[in-house]
Amino acid sequence: MAEIAPAGANLETEVMTINIGPHHPATHGVLRLVVDLEGEIVRDLKPVIGYVHTGIEKSCEDKSYWKVIPFVERMDYVSYFFQMEAFCGAVERLVGLEIPPRAKYLRTIFLELNRIHSHLVWLGTTALDLGAISMLWYCFRERDKILDLFEMATGQRMHTRYFQVGGVIEDIPLGFEAKLREFIADMPVRVGQYQDLLDRNEVFLSRTKGTGIVPRERLLELGVTGPLLRAAGEPWDLRKAFDYLAYPEMDFKVPVGTVGDNYDRYRVRVAEMVESVRIVEQALDGLPEGPFIADDRKYVLPPRSELSTSMESLIHHFKLVTEGYRVEAGEVYYAIESPRGELGCYLLADGSAKPARVHIRDASFVNLQAFKDMSVGTYVADMICSLGMLDPILGGVDR
Amino acid sequence: MRDRQLRARDMLRGDLEGEELERYVEEKVVMTNFEKLLGWARANSCFPLTFGLACCAIEAPISIVTARYDLARFGAEALRASPRQADMIILSGRVSIKMAPVVRRLYDQMLEPKWAISMGACSSSGGMFSNYAVVQGADKFMPIDLHVPGCPPRPEAVLYGFTKLQRKIMGHPDQGWRQRYSAGGTEEWARGGPRSEPSPEAAAAYEEARGLVRA
Amino acid sequence: MPDAPGLELIRGEIEQDHPGAVLDTSFDRDQPALVVDPAQIVAVLSWLRDAPGQGYTFLSSLHAADYLPAEPRFGVHYELLNRDRVERLRVKAMLADPGQGQTPQPRVLSHGEGGLVASPGQTPPPHPPPAEGKELLPEIDSCVELFPTAEFQEREVFDFFGIVFTGHPDLRRILLPDDYVGWPQRRDFPVGGEPVTFTYNERNYG
Repeated sequence: MAEIAPAGANLETEVMTINIGPHHPATHGVLRLVVDLEGEIVRDLKPVIGYVHTGIEKSCEDKSYWKVIPFVERMDYVSYFFQMEAFCGAVERLVGLEIPPRAKYLRTIFLELNRIHSHLVWLGTTALDLGAISMLWYCFRERDKILDLFEMATGQRMHTRYFQVGGVIEDIPLGFEAKLREFIADMPVRVGQYQDLLDRNEVFLSRTKGTGIVPRERLLELGVTGPLLRAAGEPWDLRKAFDYLAYPEMDFKVPVGTVGDNYDRYRVRVAEMVESVRIVEQALDGLPEGPFIADDRKYVLPPRSELSTSMESLIHHFKLVTEGYRVEAGEVYYAIESPRGELGCYLLADGSAKPARVHIRDASFVNLQAFKDMSVGTYVADMICSLGMLDPILGGVDR
Repeated sequence: MRDRQLRARDMLRGDLEGEELERYVEEKVVMTNFEKLLGWARANSCFPLTFGLACCAIEAPISIVTARYDLARFGAEALRASPRQADMIILSGRVSIKMAPVVRRLYDQMLEPKWAISMGACSSSGGMFSNYAVVQGADKFMPIDLHVPGCPPRPEAVLYGFTKLQRKIMGHPDQGWRQRYSAGGTEEWARGGPRSEPSPEAAAAYEEARGLVRA
Repeated sequence: MPDAPGLELIRGEIEQDHPGAVLDTSFDRDQPALVVDPAQIVAVLSWLRDAPGQGYTFLSSLHAADYLPAEPRFGVHYELLNRDRVERLRVKAMLADPGQGQTPQPRVLSHGEGGLVASPGQTPPPHPPPAEGKELLPEIDSCVELFPTAEFQEREVFDFFGIVFTGHPDLRRILLPDDYVGWPQRRDFPVGGEPVTFTYNERNYG
């Protein structure tokens, strides 16, 4: 074996520019990274995005408000309920529509289920990147249970089009509650299993502890929100800060990290899963009776049973389905807490039946700016770990 | 077909002699069995490429390799990251204009025999995104063997499509149709609209492919 | 949110330090907004961030909208957030379009041309440059030094609307291919895509 030069010896190094992606097993989606490497140390990093840019915002300008909902939910394709909520909430604020309490609770239940779903996908794929391949199977086993619940309530596993302006499109079916309670009882046990596997795993610890640290102030400067910010010690959560849906009535904790390294990010998200289960349980216990969608026929489709008896309902239905409702000119920005951070919807209405501008402020897009800070000066392996913990979803980044 | 029937009857009657008989045996028995074996082996040990673009990627390739919708029982467990080692690409997700040359390059880097499944509405036809940024169907720039509709298609739907693809592989289609249809020659048909005719080679290839999957 | 009187107070205070900066205020649907002269946008943003008692230190979102046919046409929006008092404030800078009606249209592909790489070895034909020489684009100062989060977001606004942020370290397209011609999010840019052939329009597209 040749003699290995001791560290710090006069090694001739050069900086190479390497292209990672857009097709790469470790990039979560089609992200292209142009990294300047000196040996194994990352000196500079430039993310190149846009490989799944779908022009959703432009397409939305061409559709009536009702039809925008399926478009908008396909941006960040793992947390689809959140995009629906951002858009529907923005429209509701724009037209001044109040949604009934049952709809608020139902929306909260589905949002928190989707948060668990998103974190499960994140945990499975990130652990896969780090080599803990069994996590993928276990996380997706739970994910399939959540998707069964979604399918039971809405008919679709993903991209359910469940939230409508004014509430939700359908009430939950019989048997949903029982199945959801089963899930609620089971999930904390499963999360405990995940923690048993990873929390004190030596390889996982050595890869995630102390890597990818960005100080809290820098994260705030960069506009980073969500679990990344909370892992760095800043207890900022839009669910607690702003009152929307049924969150003010829920009692839940917001997990906050201390150091801000990758391990903290992992712990924060896993703890969030448990808190989400608690929120779902509370919402299910406190689910009020009543209508699941607002009554205002100008914006909400009348129930089909009325169409054969009431002429007015027929006219409303016809108008809503063909042209859609017109919204007075105005603009609104409405932000919620998605699994990745602040998901905001800016809506500009110009008085016609189609929105003039729909812009989604996506959390992953802004969070990606922190990636350079996380990785410069660390090894490539740490960069991959940071990328996993950053949890970018390229659909949201590229829109 | 009739010709084959007549020759089979002749052979059974003992009327085919000499060269004819040899040729018949070669065609029918040896080649066919070997090709069948080859097709069977290829179909049941497909190496898909780990390639996910957008929403469909969560259903495939991630969800179909997980325990509930197990792709491994069809033999396609070994997902390969490098296109040089893969023989099937599942286009799961919308193909944007920036990504299309990348996908084409990946497809070209794959070695023959290779197959492409276009999963979901977006890669089959642009899906709901009829706008400037999405290629209206991956057919526009690369040959696709199988389209799976849905938005996103259920993993079971993708698996059903995969079994159809397996049948197609086992039928050992003439791979040359892809050279003829590398989306280069059929542009006039795609652009001419549904009333115009495909080129004769493309028409023959489509007919053959349709027959194979009609099982 | 600062309520309507609070908004007027803010306007008054800004007027003292930077006269003529705030052109208008609006309090629509419970959301306060300041319409600011684009030439003084950085001054106003830094005042809102640094002045004691204001503390809008977090830029939630930077985006733009095309108000065509209203003039001035473009509005660049800054969604500011005060995390201590949990208050949002929108700052708008309205820009006119200097290159009136000279938006480069996307090149319409003629029959027989493939839009994309049809086979290996073939590169797509290059897009032609805008016909009238250098295109005139609206400009505004970049606020990346104040809010580093604006880096990607200003690039996105440039990518979609063609608004140039002077002082941005790396202003180039972010989501669209680098050689794309046109500013898609402008209202006079077509949505694109292929027409769907139904029986009634079969003659046109068949």
